Amino acid sequence: MTSQALCALSGIEIQKKVASGDVSAVEVTNAFLERITHQDRKLHAFLYVDAEGALAQAATVDRARKAGETLGPLAGVPVALKDNLCTRGVPTTCASKILAGYVPPYDADAVERLRRAGAIAVGKTNMDEFAMGSSNENSAFGPVKNPWDETRAPGGSSGGSAAATASSMASFALGSDTGGSVRQPGAFCGVTALKPTYGRVSRFGLIAFASSLDQIGPFARSVREAARVLSVIAGHDARDATSTTTAVDDYEAECGKEVRGLRVGVVADALGAGVDAEVVKATRAAVAKLAELGCEIVDVSLPHATHALAAYYLIAPAEASSNLARFDGMRYGLRKTGDDLTATYGTTRAEGFGPEVRRRIMLGTYALSAGYYDAFYVKAQKVRTLIRRDYDAAFKKCDVVLTPTSPTTAFKLGEKTSDPLAMYMADIFTLPPSLAGLPAVSIPGGYSADGLPIGLQLTGRAFDEKTLVRVSDAYERASGWLSRRPSEIV
Amino acid sequence: MATTYEPVIGLEVHAQLFSKTKMFCGCSISFGAPPNTQVCPVCLALPGALPVPNARAIELAVRAALALGCTVNERSVFARKNYFYPDLSKGYQISQFDLPLNTGGKLVIDTPSGPREVGITRIHVEEDAAKNLHGVGHGTDTLVDFNRAGTALIEIVGEPDLRNADEAEAYLKKLREVLMFVGVNDGNLEEGSFRCDANVSIRPVGQEKFGTRCELKNINSFRFVRKAIEYEITRQEAVLSAGGTITQETRTYSDGLGKTIPMRTKEDAHDYRYFPDPDLPPLVITRAFIEKLRVTAPELAEQKRTRWQKELGVTLYDATVLTGHPKIADYFEEAAAALAGKDASPEARAAAGKKVANFVQSEVLRTVTTRGLEAEFAVSAEYVAELLRLVEGGSISGKMAKDVFAEMITTGRSASKIIEQKGLSQVTDTSVIEAAVAEVLAANASQVEKYKAGKTSVVGFFVGQIMRATKGAANPQLVNDILKKMLDAQ
Repeated sequence: MTSQALCALSGIEIQKKVASGDVSAVEVTNAFLERITHQDRKLHAFLYVDAEGALAQAATVDRARKAGETLGPLAGVPVALKDNLCTRGVPTTCASKILAGYVPPYDADAVERLRRAGAIAVGKTNMDEFAMGSSNENSAFGPVKNPWDETRAPGGSSGGSAAATASSMASFALGSDTGGSVRQPGAFCGVTALKPTYGRVSRFGLIAFASSLDQIGPFARSVREAARVLSVIAGHDARDATSTTTAVDDYEAECGKEVRGLRVGVVADALGAGVDAEVVKATRAAVAKLAELGCEIVDVSLPHATHALAAYYLIAPAEASSNLARFDGMRYGLRKTGDDLTATYGTTRAEGFGPEVRRRIMLGTYALSAGYYDAFYVKAQKVRTLIRRDYDAAFKKCDVVLTPTSPTTAFKLGEKTSDPLAMYMADIFTLPPSLAGLPAVSIPGGYSADGLPIGLQLTGRAFDEKTLVRVSDAYERASGWLSRRPSEIV
Repeated sequence: MATTYEPVIGLEVHAQLFSKTKMFCGCSISFGAPPNTQVCPVCLALPGALPVPNARAIELAVRAALALGCTVNERSVFARKNYFYPDLSKGYQISQFDLPLNTGGKLVIDTPSGPREVGITRIHVEEDAAKNLHGVGHGTDTLVDFNRAGTALIEIVGEPDLRNADEAEAYLKKLREVLMFVGVNDGNLEEGSFRCDANVSIRPVGQEKFGTRCELKNINSFRFVRKAIEYEITRQEAVLSAGGTITQETRTYSDGLGKTIPMRTKEDAHDYRYFPDPDLPPLVITRAFIEKLRVTAPELAEQKRTRWQKELGVTLYDATVLTGHPKIADYFEEAAAALAGKDASPEARAAAGKKVANFVQSEVLRTVTTRGLEAEFAVSAEYVAELLRLVEGGSISGKMAKDVFAEMITTGRSASKIIEQKGLSQVTDTSVIEAAVAEVLAANASQVEKYKAGKTSVVGFFVGQIMRATKGAANPQLVNDILKKMLDAQ
């Protein structure tokens, strides 16, 4: 098989071929490494390509096959990892100068699970610094380009993982989602992007942005691949006190099932002012398609969702201001020595962090300060409870809630960098499920006139990723969007 | 007339929980290990590492709370205390803030005017910081040893119920004793596992409102506590008497200077920006667990002293000496019980207790070495009981018991073995004694004549000769009786 043909296969097919010995994991890995060399010159989805490590892992898989061992569900399948996931012996920087060159001594739990399943980690993907951003332009090492249009943003913060998946530089990727950082770039890059329920995937080894919101989630070109990856990375981990013991379902088994009788909740407010007409149109068409498949369409409302943005931009920065305190130049990472201790802290952090990270640290520090804590942080937590209750009420009437993932398709690089608030608006639909801790997936739901992907977001009940997979897969099959891929970069 | 002031003192004690591992990771905490050898990603705050609470430490904290009459809250919350310092790896300390584990207890101390109840506001769980080592590197470098970072502590916040340095010292000693007897803390002030800060203010006698307080740090010995508080009271009196005002500040005690020195004022105080730690779900403790610990709570020193006076025939003084360390108390009880034997009458138990108490105080204590909660005894309690039983049975004299005990220490053998091997057993066989007496009388005819002439003082001479002949093993009472009988028969 040619390199190009190998890279065009799904992860499911690759695993099958590797397991049967049709193709070796080393061949697959070489094909993808070669493709990265060509494609990533323009896209800049990777911050580090670990050719040596990937080939070594691939060789291990091949040896295991030859020894007659049963191979894992992702054996020989190349994965790209967001650069905020710790990888033993491989640089992990969070796209920040403060961690440039930092090499963790351990693997994140999700990474460990992928390795055990036989996946081949080809490299670390670019992102908004410390996962703060919606366009990838906050990377200290330069932005990622959208594979569908190189003048546009891939979304953020997991833009590198989304772009790497969309351009087949890896079969799938992992990202992290705090307020939409998996789903929104998934929508911008036209791939399936799933944020699991909070607590579903261990956060151990995920460099924290906002601990009460962060979840690791997969990017894949198809729902089935995403489902398989989720089964691999989900599960209890004693090293993360917020990881749950709730049983992991066979998500892939939901693929190919019917959706007749499932109730799909549509939020009228999410199709109103401020949302691109093309996005509204595509969403309505998707609703019609689901109705055609036998779903019952019901109206639901999330009255407090309008406050999600405000609540999120208090809670997430507050937690970040504390989580990022460990980057002080004392034990690892950048150190800029000043005249005294305070000056050392000041210059290290001023030079090490980019403007958006500094902005959020200040925002969060302020929100937690004496005299402001109740008015900001505590109130934001109350809003969070109200949003959770909105969903509880909605899920009495429906099984999944459907909204667009983002109010727009991928915007131009540089278009919103001068206006943080406009940038924050890119997350209005992804924030409510995050605040409620619910699982949500973005799947391709059509294309704009200029050929850009439009994302549909489905939100489910806590730990009901199964239903999300079932509906997404049924829609994917019915819509035929799966066959659309960005044109090759030459 | 000069105003008379009344001091108001409240103590905050940090006590290290006697757990083998740290509060939020599995690192060992043994004292004196080479710097930075008892560390892991969690306590070094490497990116991506997460805390997991130590169940054993929580259990110990609950045990401490129950011993101090606190209410154990079934739901408490870990909070982050944010500040920057090189010894604080995460840039925040995990502690508890508005919802602590335990609230509202008390400790009764003895004062010259009788027992006095001192309130305990709260006992919360937290982690210790690392240790900054100044001037050990090149020049003025400060190095940090993270071995201590993350060690499990409880902070016991006392009410401002103390009125002088004596009471403060009595409170600390009593608190230390309670914590040691419940096995929660090793009471080691030198190694810093039991540390104290004092809040001191003064007010005119009769005034209800508290004066402005100063917090005293670095008072890590009972002597320092007394000296620092006494100095501070005198200092504050001098300031107020001269018409000045007290500045609310933190002061450190310098033993070299014999005084307290300002560290920072209230204006310099940190805003710690406490907020619930999103990495740790609320700590939930079941009523059943609390009850289990209540039922299995060890007997406190105070209770032992009372009971022993009633049941084991000891004085308050004896009991106080014997409760100087939990292991000594156990030792005493074990030996007393062994000596009394099973089903002993109350009188027999009291008699045995008295004997053991005397012997332990006069002989055993000087051979005991204690280190923290551990104590090493040269001779087991069982062996001591056997030795005293042999004295009781008349096999050896009380005086000989001391020599045998010395032999037991060096050889590790039991008393009966030593007596048997050395032929030390007291001679109670009258025929043996009669033979010895006859021999001595025959050899000293002139002395016998003197006796007959009425000079009874020669009896002492004969006893000495007989004892020498029997190598001191003859029962002195029998020797006296037989000698008198045989002399009179001459």
